[in-house]
Amino acid sequence: MRKTGEKIILDGKGVERVLTRLTHEILEKNRGASDIVLVGVALGGVPLSEAIRRNIKMIEGVDVPAGFVDITLYRDDLGKSGYQTRLKRTEVPFSIDDKRVVLVDDVLYTGRTIRAAMDALMDLGRPKNIQLAVLIDRGHRELPIRADYVGRNVPTSRTEEVKVRVEGAPEDWKVVLNEGAPEKGE
Amino acid sequence: MDWRRKHVLGLSDFRPEEIEFVVDTARSMEEVLTRDIKKVPALRGKTVVNLFFEPSTRTRTSFEIAGKRLSADVVNFSSSVSSQSKGETLLDTARNIEAMRPSILVIRHNASGAVQFLSRHLSCSIINAGDGSNEHPTQALLDLYTILKSKGKVAGLKIAIVGDILHSRVARSNLHCLGKLGATLWLCGPATLLPREMARTGATLTNDIREAVRDADVVIMLRIQLERQKSAYFPSIREYSLKYGLNKDIFALAKEDAVIMHPGPINRGVEISNDLADCSRSLILDQVNSGVAVRMALLYLLAGGAQ
Repeated sequence: MRKTGEKIILDGKGVERVLTRLTHEILEKNRGASDIVLVGVALGGVPLSEAIRRNIKMIEGVDVPAGFVDITLYRDDLGKSGYQTRLKRTEVPFSIDDKRVVLVDDVLYTGRTIRAAMDALMDLGRPKNIQLAVLIDRGHRELPIRADYVGRNVPTSRTEEVKVRVEGAPEDWKVVLNEGAPEKGE
Repeated sequence: MDWRRKHVLGLSDFRPEEIEFVVDTARSMEEVLTRDIKKVPALRGKTVVNLFFEPSTRTRTSFEIAGKRLSADVVNFSSSVSSQSKGETLLDTARNIEAMRPSILVIRHNASGAVQFLSRHLSCSIINAGDGSNEHPTQALLDLYTILKSKGKVAGLKIAIVGDILHSRVARSNLHCLGKLGATLWLCGPATLLPREMARTGATLTNDIREAVRDADVVIMLRIQLERQKSAYFPSIREYSLKYGLNKDIFALAKEDAVIMHPGPINRGVEISNDLADCSRSLILDQVNSGVAVRMALLYLLAGGAQ
């Protein structure tokens, strides 16, 4: 029989603590916030990158620019499904030239989304470097990609589904593991 | 919803949410066009063939740029240099092009229904770039996009379409498109160019341009299609211009913030006066600008569709 249990990996408080630590790691590695810009991967990475931006403002008193990219037009599986999903938006209203770009996403899985996001960034300018921050790393990489900042490593099987719910107020945010969910891409 | 349509042949069978889907996709495409590098890899490896059996500069160039911005390979085929002049049938020409395995065919033809006919015999996706006096769906979608950018909405607007309604595929597609979204449509032209049965679409018909333009939010002027005038629909160009041309005095009857549109090419001094064509309330060049984003949206949507 298929298990259908749902396990909470992080609740609102847990997500907040993890994001605070990630913010400190980003600031430590870059020796402050100068030249840092945040780019969330739409849709899941956007509220997370906003939260990190707020944290940086609190810790360093600096407003770092934050934007987001939609990677749909950079996917490697366009047209394979027989239908097209709705495009999301890209909004990076600042130059990323010579900046340290911190790419923020909710779940790191096959790595294909991040490959696409890096291609999207390269079309927007020539950053000094690109760093990757993810809330959850669930393994199963299909490309040689790793994150610089990982909120939580969650060993999973491919049949499981990690759901990051970051809509609404931050105290309602949570990360759940759905066992027995149908196999799905990132 | 997700997009599952294989062809864009006309807007008569489009649902309002599909029209909205195209507009929303075009908004994302417009952002790509604001970048320094105006190109995304979405349609890499796909081939788009522009198959034009009728002259066109704007639409063909627009589709060509749209395809290239999406990294598709774009090939242009026009009838003046084709085997059509050697006697090949339409279907044979299209089948030969299809044998070269394009993903999408963009077709313009002077016979109404020619594009629908080809869609039944070919297996690739097809976009109608204008068929006779039937439909010109991409023009209507870019008109809608332009109106939405300027006015923020379509529902409840009074939109007047003035000119040669009889021969106008732009008018027909716009009736479907704008009508489905709740615009109040007025059609205006000389009685000989204004078929009575158009009233069935819910539009109001009039032979008086003042009545059509009065309190309008948008005035769409149509080109007098001299190439389609096989018999005398009006006595002279000069008389047509006097009775149905848009000038300052008549446009003053429209709402204060009304805008003027025209699918082009314009006959200056015939359907629209020089000063109005170039005034700040003329969106004629905005329409051309919107065209690329809207056509990128359609190419993207069809490239992922049911192959």
